[in-house]
Amino acid sequence: MSAEKGMSRRAALMKVGVLLNSVVGVLLAVPIVRYLLSPVTREKKSGYESWLSLGRLEQFPAGQTRLATYRNPLVNDWDGETGNIACWVRRVDDQTFQVFAINCAHLGCPVRWFPQSSLFMCPCHGGAYYQDGSRASGPPERGLFQYRYKIDDGKLLIKAGEMPTPGQPVANKAGGCQTCA
Amino acid sequence: MRLIQELGDWFDLRLQLQTPIREIATHPVPRDTASWFYVFGSAAITCFMLQLVTGVLLALIYVPSAGEAWNSLQTLNHGVSLGWFIRALHGWGSTFMVAIVLIHMVQVFLFGAYKFPRELTWIVGVLLLLVTLGMAFTGQVLRFDQDAYWGLGIGASIASRIPVIGPWAVNLMLGGPIIAGTTLSRFFALHVFVVPGLLIAFVGVHLLMVLKLGINEWPMPGRIVRRDTYLQEYREMTHTKGVPFVPNAVWKDILFSGFILVAIAVCAVRFGPFGPGGQPDPTIIQTAPRPDFFFLWLYALLSFLPPSAETPILLIGPALGIVVLVVLPFVAGEGEKSWRRRPIAVLTILLVAVALGTLTHLAEHAPWSPVMDAWSSQPIPAEYLEGRTALERHGALVFQAKQCHNCHSLNNKGGQRGPALDSVALRLTEDQLIRQVIQGGGNMPAYGKNLSPAETTALVAFLKTLHPANQKPASNASQTVALGLSEESPR
Repeated sequence: MSAEKGMSRRAALMKVGVLLNSVVGVLLAVPIVRYLLSPVTREKKSGYESWLSLGRLEQFPAGQTRLATYRNPLVNDWDGETGNIACWVRRVDDQTFQVFAINCAHLGCPVRWFPQSSLFMCPCHGGAYYQDGSRASGPPERGLFQYRYKIDDGKLLIKAGEMPTPGQPVANKAGGCQTCA
Repeated sequence: MRLIQELGDWFDLRLQLQTPIREIATHPVPRDTASWFYVFGSAAITCFMLQLVTGVLLALIYVPSAGEAWNSLQTLNHGVSLGWFIRALHGWGSTFMVAIVLIHMVQVFLFGAYKFPRELTWIVGVLLLLVTLGMAFTGQVLRFDQDAYWGLGIGASIASRIPVIGPWAVNLMLGGPIIAGTTLSRFFALHVFVVPGLLIAFVGVHLLMVLKLGINEWPMPGRIVRRDTYLQEYREMTHTKGVPFVPNAVWKDILFSGFILVAIAVCAVRFGPFGPGGQPDPTIIQTAPRPDFFFLWLYALLSFLPPSAETPILLIGPALGIVVLVVLPFVAGEGEKSWRRRPIAVLTILLVAVALGTLTHLAEHAPWSPVMDAWSSQPIPAEYLEGRTALERHGALVFQAKQCHNCHSLNNKGGQRGPALDSVALRLTEDQLIRQVIQGGGNMPAYGKNLSPAETTALVAFLKTLHPANQKPASNASQTVALGLSEESPR
């Protein structure tokens, strides 16, 4: 066997080795990428949102806006109090509600309700909203995010489960749909 | 002594590190680089070492779980002996590290050190700045309090504005639909494994290039960098006229690093650890989230950008900034190094420094935010009420009760979102006041639906009294003439 032939055999085996590792690399990359993308892929499959109760209707007097809290539908045991989410419930009349996200439509800070002046004010960059959630002043480009709601068995239910953000199509389309029950 | 020598020889026969280490230590550097201006790079590494050590120490106690992190920080502060001091060292170490990295960058820029052949050193330096800021942001998240929680919300809101993939980017960043346990876990992994790994790798490459290419010589006005002659000139400067790095230059690095460590320790003892602030409970909404010092300028910027320009500027601005920094050595790779002959470079630094300083200063006062409790905590100054009619006093009451004070100051107390109203009657006539209150405008909400006619009348009556005693309030001259009223208008 000539030295040259031996070299080429080694070179061939090295190529086989490189090929083997490339194949294994790709095979491993698939589950790794899927694992990393699980927060996105899960949402596509089953969705994060579900109907949740905010309590009985009597808790929300007509003409008033009250803070309500709920436990996020998808939580882990170790989420602690971060799994509790707040929202503002405005009872317009007997059967009409508006449920606003706590997050300012600008950058997500918690807005506060001032019943005396009927305004929501944001502590971060000074966004302000009227009682119906429409933009009053400041940097927000739009009104407050609204949850869809329905009334079932004397309880107020909202469709929630995901933090509303300005870029979300779901959050943008909400607002018009008042009585989705 | 002989024993130590023998022991050293035993190891060196196996490790063979003595010669390379000696070569590194005594490599010649230009004589004029043994200067106090050349100590910031080594000081940044010293800070990073301190962060590594204190970070590991904190990880002995810290629990990266959304339900427990805040409690474990309290334990560190109060339950473990000197835990507060380690936290303070880590917090102040990060502040110093970001500051020194920025100073180092400014020095390198003004000394033209990014020019040929050190372009790649500069680019890796830009990456080091980014990972250092990445460490600062992820570290702020691990201090899992209200500011961290809502800071993540701001981050998610910005990420959501990326076209097409925005909502997915939010889920990826938060590790789920909301800010919760998975969010903290992934920021822990980033802060403790991923970003420090990158940091160590980049520091290694950065240092290797500093050694291989040599430290930048002191820039002399008129000494021009040219690609075909520079390497030869630099060789001349180091090998014929240079001095060994150890001991001629290194003592300044060591002294300065020691000084920085002392400064960090003094700050840690004097000012203590950073927070944690309130519990990360999203149902506690009585909070005004603020980012850490180094992101305050961004916080201020976000309140000043016009709504329509905000998203493009937020998304394109940082990318553009990074591109400018990376392209810089290729655009200006040759030529003059000295800042004395580079007025635009000096002006750029001054402009950036003034802009960042101003925005940071503004963010510390946040004049754009309503003072949420001014209506109930800041009384109207007594002199604004003395000798007023019942209607005017009732207007003052409306002013407080309707939270006008949250955005408008009287006697420098209250919000600064809107203009101060101490002399508003000089600027607006009665009709204009009524219109402004009812219709709003100019970034003021309309109060038409929230005030009864009686309340509006009272409020405007009060506002009309707000003018200096020796100056007459504004009046509509044409109206005065048309109605045949006398010049002497009632107060």
